[in-house]
Amino acid sequence: MKKYETVIGLEVHVELATKTKIFCGCPTQFGGKPNTHTCPVCTGMPGSLPVLNKKVVEYAMAVGLATNCEINRNCRFDRKNYFYPDNPQDYQISQLYEPICLNGHVNINVDGYEKKVRIHEIHMEEDAGKLIHDELKDGSLIDFNRSGVPLIEIVSEPDMSSADEVIAYLETLRTTIQYLGASDCKLQEGSMRADVNLSVREAGSDKLGTRTEMKNLNSFKAIARAIENERNRQIVIIEDGGQVIQETRRWDDNKEESYSMRSKEDAQDYRYFPDPDLPGIFISREWIDEIKQREPEFKAARQERYISEYGIPKGDADIITDSKKMADIFEEASALCNSPKKIANWLIGDTIRLLKEHDMDPDDIKFSPENLAKLVKLTEEGTINSSVATEVFEKVFADNIDPESYVKEKGLAQVNDESALRDTVQKVIDENPQSVEDYRGGKEKALGFLVGQTMKAMGGKANPGLVNKLLKELL
Amino acid sequence: MSLTDLTATELGKRIKEGKVTAVDAAKESLENIKEKDKGLNAFVTLADEAGVIKRAEEVQRQIEDGSLTGPLAGVPVALKDNLCTKGLRTTCASKILSNFVPPYSATAVENLEKAGAVIIGKTNMDEFAMGSTSETSFFGAVKNPHDAERVTGGSSGGSAAAVAAGEVAYALGTDTGGSIRQPSAYCGVTGIKPTYGTVSRNGLIAYASSLDQIGPIAKDVTDCAAILEAIASYDTKDSTSVKRDDTDFTSALGGDVKGLKIGIPNDYFGEGLDEEVGTAVLAAADTLKEMGAEVERFDLGLVHYAVPAYYIIASAEASSNLSRFDGVKYGYRAKDYEGLHQMYKRSRSEGFGEEVKRRIMLGTFALSSGYYDAYYMKALKTKALIKQAFDKAFEEYDVILGPVAPTVAPRLGESLIDPIKMYLGDIYTVSANLAGLPAISLPCGVNSRGLPIGLQLTGNCFNEKTIIKAAFAFERKYGESIKPGGEEA
Amino acid sequence: MSDKIDNGMIEYVGILAKLEFGDAEKEKIRLDMEKMLDYVDMLNELDTADVEPLVQVIDTGNVFREDEITNPDDREAMLANAPEKKDGQYVVPHTFD
Ligand SMILES: [Mg+2]
Ligand SMILES: [Zn+2]
Repeated sequence: MKKYETVIGLEVHVELATKTKIFCGCPTQFGGKPNTHTCPVCTGMPGSLPVLNKKVVEYAMAVGLATNCEINRNCRFDRKNYFYPDNPQDYQISQLYEPICLNGHVNINVDGYEKKVRIHEIHMEEDAGKLIHDELKDGSLIDFNRSGVPLIEIVSEPDMSSADEVIAYLETLRTTIQYLGASDCKLQEGSMRADVNLSVREAGSDKLGTRTEMKNLNSFKAIARAIENERNRQIVIIEDGGQVIQETRRWDDNKEESYSMRSKEDAQDYRYFPDPDLPGIFISREWIDEIKQREPEFKAARQERYISEYGIPKGDADIITDSKKMADIFEEASALCNSPKKIANWLIGDTIRLLKEHDMDPDDIKFSPENLAKLVKLTEEGTINSSVATEVFEKVFADNIDPESYVKEKGLAQVNDESALRDTVQKVIDENPQSVEDYRGGKEKALGFLVGQTMKAMGGKANPGLVNKLLKELL
Repeated sequence: MSLTDLTATELGKRIKEGKVTAVDAAKESLENIKEKDKGLNAFVTLADEAGVIKRAEEVQRQIEDGSLTGPLAGVPVALKDNLCTKGLRTTCASKILSNFVPPYSATAVENLEKAGAVIIGKTNMDEFAMGSTSETSFFGAVKNPHDAERVTGGSSGGSAAAVAAGEVAYALGTDTGGSIRQPSAYCGVTGIKPTYGTVSRNGLIAYASSLDQIGPIAKDVTDCAAILEAIASYDTKDSTSVKRDDTDFTSALGGDVKGLKIGIPNDYFGEGLDEEVGTAVLAAADTLKEMGAEVERFDLGLVHYAVPAYYIIASAEASSNLSRFDGVKYGYRAKDYEGLHQMYKRSRSEGFGEEVKRRIMLGTFALSSGYYDAYYMKALKTKALIKQAFDKAFEEYDVILGPVAPTVAPRLGESLIDPIKMYLGDIYTVSANLAGLPAISLPCGVNSRGLPIGLQLTGNCFNEKTIIKAAFAFERKYGESIKPGGEEA
Repeated sequence: MSDKIDNGMIEYVGILAKLEFGDAEKEKIRLDMEKMLDYVDMLNELDTADVEPLVQVIDTGNVFREDEITNPDDREAMLANAPEKKDGQYVVPHTFD
């Protein structure tokens, strides 16, 4: 068999974090009852007209600037015409001829090598409604709550050649966009969606093969599987002397296979033309500068700063800054308790562990920096010992409880009072003559057992150092 | 004298003076419609009678307590049936919307209601405003009040007929390629298409978004100015709406035309123009000249390219605008179908009439892959050239004078036989839409059969006042000339 | 004169526009479109090589809304005209994807 290489370009749709839809004042909020976030505009009512949400333009510009794009200072909207029930006007307002951002790039890191992925363009468009297929035997149900939610579509050049590169590219985009606050970029919830354009060619050839577009990829895992599958599918076709057909395919992650979305009724001829309802957008130099000035400190810069300013190890700083949410918690909590290393340890250790256990994203963290800082303070002041701290942290993680009142309420404060402890220690000594003897006979291990017994008798709250000291004294 | 012989502002004045009430006016309007509309078919839907009376009473109270003071307070109005009216069926004269009751009202309609209008009903029109005769309506053709065997023109034929017949004091129409001006000319009434963006399109069911404008159809220039003043507004719901602080159009009623520079395009007086129409229009030019205007002939150019450019642009936009009528969210859904695509095809094929389908097909083709540049882009570039030609003309002239249509109202059924011939009937009106210009159509004579002839005055963008002033001056002079007895002097 | 429009083209445009025609109607539409396009071809007499296409004739400048919620829940009104509805949703024939 010949050697093949894979050529991949991505179309990434990102739902923007605006309060309202792109062309009407309906809320974008997720999860309302069907069609409760709709109006004449986003249900395609006759006579209704779109009016552009300014924030959408600003977010699109911000993402474009952060990905090294040129801003198209005279951009405009076009209509993409096709019939589908989730598309209330039966055209989607999008940008084809004059998209807002052009010719950008991001640098990605994969297994120690760096690569530049070029961005062809970023355009603004509206999302479609949601079709629900179950229940009804002979029909589908439409909910237009999502119709008109603003999206940007980031179109890359075909610069990637493996699933790893694709995922690194998506992670880079996601981190950047999250830092901008332009979107939460959640693949599972659909606020970030990637369509994969893939072709194969004989290694070394400089001619592109026929590509297919793969849709419905809801996780990094699905993306990786779909890339592998489609690469193999195309190679088999070519090896058999066949021709890959340029088409859109839909990935079925349960069956781990894709199928063609072509049908006789869907001639792919979108008849794009400038939307006469929406005037062109002029973007001034000043406006671009203003957006640029609002740019936040991105991951790389923060990582550097955490290393130099807080003395956090490089690897830890990398993990913390992967998520803006975590990085923000780190900074705020550190400012409150002045123990950045301890904060970092909680984040790198128990937080990541619990996130994994619960199959959560760092963005799903519910606890506040205040409560994490309080917990660190409680340990530093010796109010609680480390095993109690772990227990309290699990509550902080789960319910964002206030550690101070929780410790007080549950009586978890460490017992540091010598006279109070002395009685218990004496009692343990009296009740375990064998261990006492072992210790006196030189078995250091026996001391550990006695410490443990004392801690147990104290409900875990005794200051372990103090227990040690008292035991040695009384023995 | 019947109330319906009065102009809208005369009627408004009498109501304000307490000589008649808004309720009297509404009742008389309703009665007139009962009596005349079987013969005219000007209305598609009448508002519920009890509701109309209740509304008139409410307006009357507000007039009496001084909260409504405008010139149109209490005056009955009819609205073209492509303007959304909350709770009142709005069909675009199409089967596909024959059961559609909008959940909101067009901004222009709301503006009229704020001015104290009493809405009587919705007027018949060419289906989706596509036509020049008001014959393509799902609800049947509208008949000309001057001759029941002739068309009213279109697409706002129902509005023009309702005003001409005195069914209502005034009406709103919409104008995409001449749809206010041409039926006004055929029915002997007055209508204005304002500068694009002057009246909000919110709630106007779009035919061709870049060309559509709402405007008044009324008995005289004074009414038109007052109505336009009431409906014009900057609307944050329409992105193409223009912020203007010069919409006090009634202030242009009066003054003289001395020194006004009027240009007459030679290109408008060539082949295809009916001789009697040409004579009446040139006589009107002479009248204005006698009154002190400087009248001059000139070559506008590009006139013959306006109609093809218009049809490509309008059809292309329409093909997209009318996609939403798919049987899913509102309107007609076919009874028999298998699967989604058949539901779409059957609902649309059964729901749209022939002319609408013809334009959707043409527009879809013009935008399709491989033809977009040759047709749609070419038309947009032609539009740019036409705009430039008008810009140049308005460097020389304040007003461009010409006919509204090449002929008087044709006989029913005559025009639809040859679509291109019908489209050519728009040759003098479509340019104003392509270039966004304001234009007024007003009576300037009748032909040997007594059929009305219209005069068109076109102004530069935002210069409604100039054409209103000229039209008002001409109307006075012309009015004097045909009195007494209604014969021309 | 124009040979742009054959039956295949009518079928194709019909698929795009979601319109279907009987044979007689199809032939009439085809002829109408041919005539119309022949007529429109008149535009080719104009040299537009250096002309910028004009979309909006009036320059409004930028038109934006602020990102503020203005619409209340008005679901019943939006759904009132639906040919078929169920549980606050529009019903359409089955779509598969
Ligand atoms: Mg897209
Ligand atoms: Zn909405």
